Amino acid sequence: MQWVNAIVQGVLIGGLYALFAAGLSLIFGVMRLVNIAHGDLIVLASYLALVVVTTLGLDPLTSLVIVVPAMAVIGYALQRLILNRTLGDDLLPPLLVTFGLSVIIQNGLLEWFTADSRKLTAGAIEVQAFQALPGVWIGLLPLLQFAVTIAIIGGLQLLFYRTAFGRAFRATSDDPSVAQLMGLDTRHVFALAMALSLAVVAVAGVFLAVRANFDPAIGPARLIYGFEAVIIGGLGSLWGTLAGGIILGVAQAIGAQIDPGWQVLAGHLVFIAILAVRPQGLFPKVQG
Amino acid sequence: MSDAAIRVEHATRASRIGMTLLALLVVALAAAPLWADRASLRLMGEIFTFVALASLWNLLAGYAGLVSVGQQAYVGFGGYVLFAAAILFGVPPIAAIIVAGALAALLAVPVAALMFRLRGHYFAIGTWVVAEIFRLVAAQIGVLGGGSGVSLPAGVITGIAATRAMREYIIYWLALGLAVLVVGGIVLLLRSRYGLALTAIRDNETAARSNGISVMRIKYLVYVVTAAGTAMTGALIFLTKLRISPDTAFSVNDWTAFVIFITVIGGIGRVEGPLIGTIVFFLLRETLADLGSLYLLMLGAVAIVVMLFAPKGLWGFVADRFGWQAFPLERRLAHKP
Amino acid sequence: MPDALLEADALDVFYGDFQALFGVSLTIAPGEVVAVIGANGAGKSTLLKTFAGQLHPRAGTLRFAGEAVGTLPAFAMVRRGVALVPEGRRLFPSLSVEENLLIGAQAGRPGPWSLQRVFDLFPILAERRRQPSMSLSGGQQQMVAIARALMSNPQLLLCDEISLGLAPIVVKEIYDRLPAITGEGLSLVIVEQDIVQALSAARRVYCLQEGRVALEGDAKSLTREAVSAAYFGV
Ligand SMILES: Nc1ncnc2c1ncn2[C@@H]1O[C@H](COP(=O)(O)OP(=O)(O)OP(=O)(O)O)[C@@H](O)[C@H]1O
Ligand SMILES: [Mg+2]
Repeated sequence: MQWVNAIVQGVLIGGLYALFAAGLSLIFGVMRLVNIAHGDLIVLASYLALVVVTTLGLDPLTSLVIVVPAMAVIGYALQRLILNRTLGDDLLPPLLVTFGLSVIIQNGLLEWFTADSRKLTAGAIEVQAFQALPGVWIGLLPLLQFAVTIAIIGGLQLLFYRTAFGRAFRATSDDPSVAQLMGLDTRHVFALAMALSLAVVAVAGVFLAVRANFDPAIGPARLIYGFEAVIIGGLGSLWGTLAGGIILGVAQAIGAQIDPGWQVLAGHLVFIAILAVRPQGLFPKVQG
Repeated sequence: MSDAAIRVEHATRASRIGMTLLALLVVALAAAPLWADRASLRLMGEIFTFVALASLWNLLAGYAGLVSVGQQAYVGFGGYVLFAAAILFGVPPIAAIIVAGALAALLAVPVAALMFRLRGHYFAIGTWVVAEIFRLVAAQIGVLGGGSGVSLPAGVITGIAATRAMREYIIYWLALGLAVLVVGGIVLLLRSRYGLALTAIRDNETAARSNGISVMRIKYLVYVVTAAGTAMTGALIFLTKLRISPDTAFSVNDWTAFVIFITVIGGIGRVEGPLIGTIVFFLLRETLADLGSLYLLMLGAVAIVVMLFAPKGLWGFVADRFGWQAFPLERRLAHKP
Repeated sequence: MPDALLEADALDVFYGDFQALFGVSLTIAPGEVVAVIGANGAGKSTLLKTFAGQLHPRAGTLRFAGEAVGTLPAFAMVRRGVALVPEGRRLFPSLSVEENLLIGAQAGRPGPWSLQRVFDLFPILAERRRQPSMSLSGGQQQMVAIARALMSNPQLLLCDEISLGLAPIVVKEIYDRLPAITGEGLSLVIVEQDIVQALSAARRVYCLQEGRVALEGDAKSLTREAVSAAYFGV
């Protein structure tokens, strides 16, 4: 039962990793940009929630009403003012600029909030749980977060394939210069994609903040988990990303069950194994 | 005019002056124990290790287009090999530096095989995962202190040389020698037939590929060579620190963020860039060290500004404006007299 | 001269340091069909890209509907009514046929063209509307590219080598539809390497040679000799 429990908890935490991954994979899909600061932006959202909660006295989940639009605005501005200038054939500028951003965010948070680790408490919902199987308890909060993840991924899927908005994203991703000929301002489209990505990041950051301790230095690890989920699931497939996140979460849970020092390592090893055996990921996007 | 009447010339007048000045500089630096105090020697030794790290990263990212944010993997690996060799097998530290380089080259072969499966940007994060794996594995090695790390036994240190002053000289010379070896090796590599290919890759990978250059083979070569050099530098760095732990050995800030900022600010894709960048970096650090994390923040901001508005860095700016080059790397056709 | 829809005066256009157009002047009246011919590399595509806002003249003026537009980006040109059918079709591979057409309407201009109207024009596209765009034959893809441009309800339609790589019978099929398109009152610029094809469809013709206008005139009145001299520069 201990093992079943570990796996169930792994699935639930895997949902959070999928949420980290969804924002990453979205902007890669639209503009071939890998945002090295992605993890730090997640942590920034956690701190933003902390500020909102402490100054306005809101419940962490209610703080989403402010944190999500705020992060979207930050994303739009970031893309328009900085990242659009780095896009082109050369890989170096976007990588180095987002790497620089990552260092700036980390150290900025360190200056403001110190290195102390923080956590948000969501009140009563945090301690509520029900028994799914004998010995297997499922917390209401992790379950809610998992449901939200599925809703977000399903929503993104609909947005991408069923709306004019998504059509513009896909066309711009295919061929930005012809997209311009269709009347699309690609700089604006890219900025909208980044805004959307950071809106997802905001949700991930708030859930991260209520589920675990956070401090300014944990961003890179969240980037890596999201990245691993993307690669395990297969590039360009949102449901694959969900599966990738779950596999990663389960691998970590099983690793931790064997030896606490193995938790993170087990996840990395699964990633390496997939890369060695099936580099296109488990559920790559079928073309056409 | 027959073919024999044409030869490829690398040197320009500026680069001849540059080389002469550099040679004089190296001689003066080698004699530093005669004219510098202990604190300056230690600082210069540290500067040399950063020259080596930044030059190697520049070769990797600036020339071969392999933008790694995980070179701390090899810095830490080199450090741990030195400690393991000295503590577990009694290998003298200086020999252990060479062992570290050789083992890192061996390890880099399968790592490259895996990482090269990741396209473009994702390669960068992949290298970071590798560094994380190295760190987590190091934390599992009990005989080397696990997560809390281990110190170099006194016997190992006194084995380098009997007096403390002599030990410091030797470590200083090792650092200088390594920097000269790395920079000299890169200049020679760029002047070889691989160099032409590397420059072609830097300037336009698609064109390089269509010219029949085996882009993949050269990338492999550069990745492996860089890993070896980085590990040797790492071994030397931790020989001076006398203590190693997973968090210091595999620190992304110390061994990758600084190195990337140095190279970008100095001028990426040019041999001179990392040298200029290191000098700027240490000047700033010596004046702004009190700022702590703000210093890193400012450095990141400066690197972003440079990347956006002067992507060739300080040296590129100067070189374009005045046509300078310190190293004889430019190829020009010349008629034999 | 307010009756010109598009008016180019002494345009110099560059790719970096390379100059592709030298002092090109040209006018297009409302409802007019104009052909631009020239050998490979003469600058025909460059000219159309400049009209469409993908390139910007370094010297000279470009006016559209009386307004100076030489610095506007491509997305703003479509919104003003200039649509380009790019060389090589350039459909969006991850969009279906219908989605390719719908994205053409993104500029949001009102006018006669709608999904239904372009399906009437090219009925085969209605049958294939759900298919991935790249699964179509070359001729069908060219129809999608033209229909996609029409969806923006342009006042000026620019067609870059729409016969490229197509069988003569397919080319004829496509050219047979042009009257139905110009019947809606829009102006049309046809770029072709095939002189006969271009001259048969157009009222006026410009011949480019190495980035300069070598000849212009009435399509009917030009002699064969004059055209080939301007074309080949002999
Ligand atoms: N992106 C570019 N960069 C640099 N030079 C270019 C570019 N595109 C075209 N050229 C050059 O500009 C000149 C004109 O090219 P353009 O494509 O306009 O010719 P064209 O008349 O359309 O030829 P074709 O009939 O082959 O399509 C040519 O010399 C070409 O090499
Ligand atoms: Mg052309």
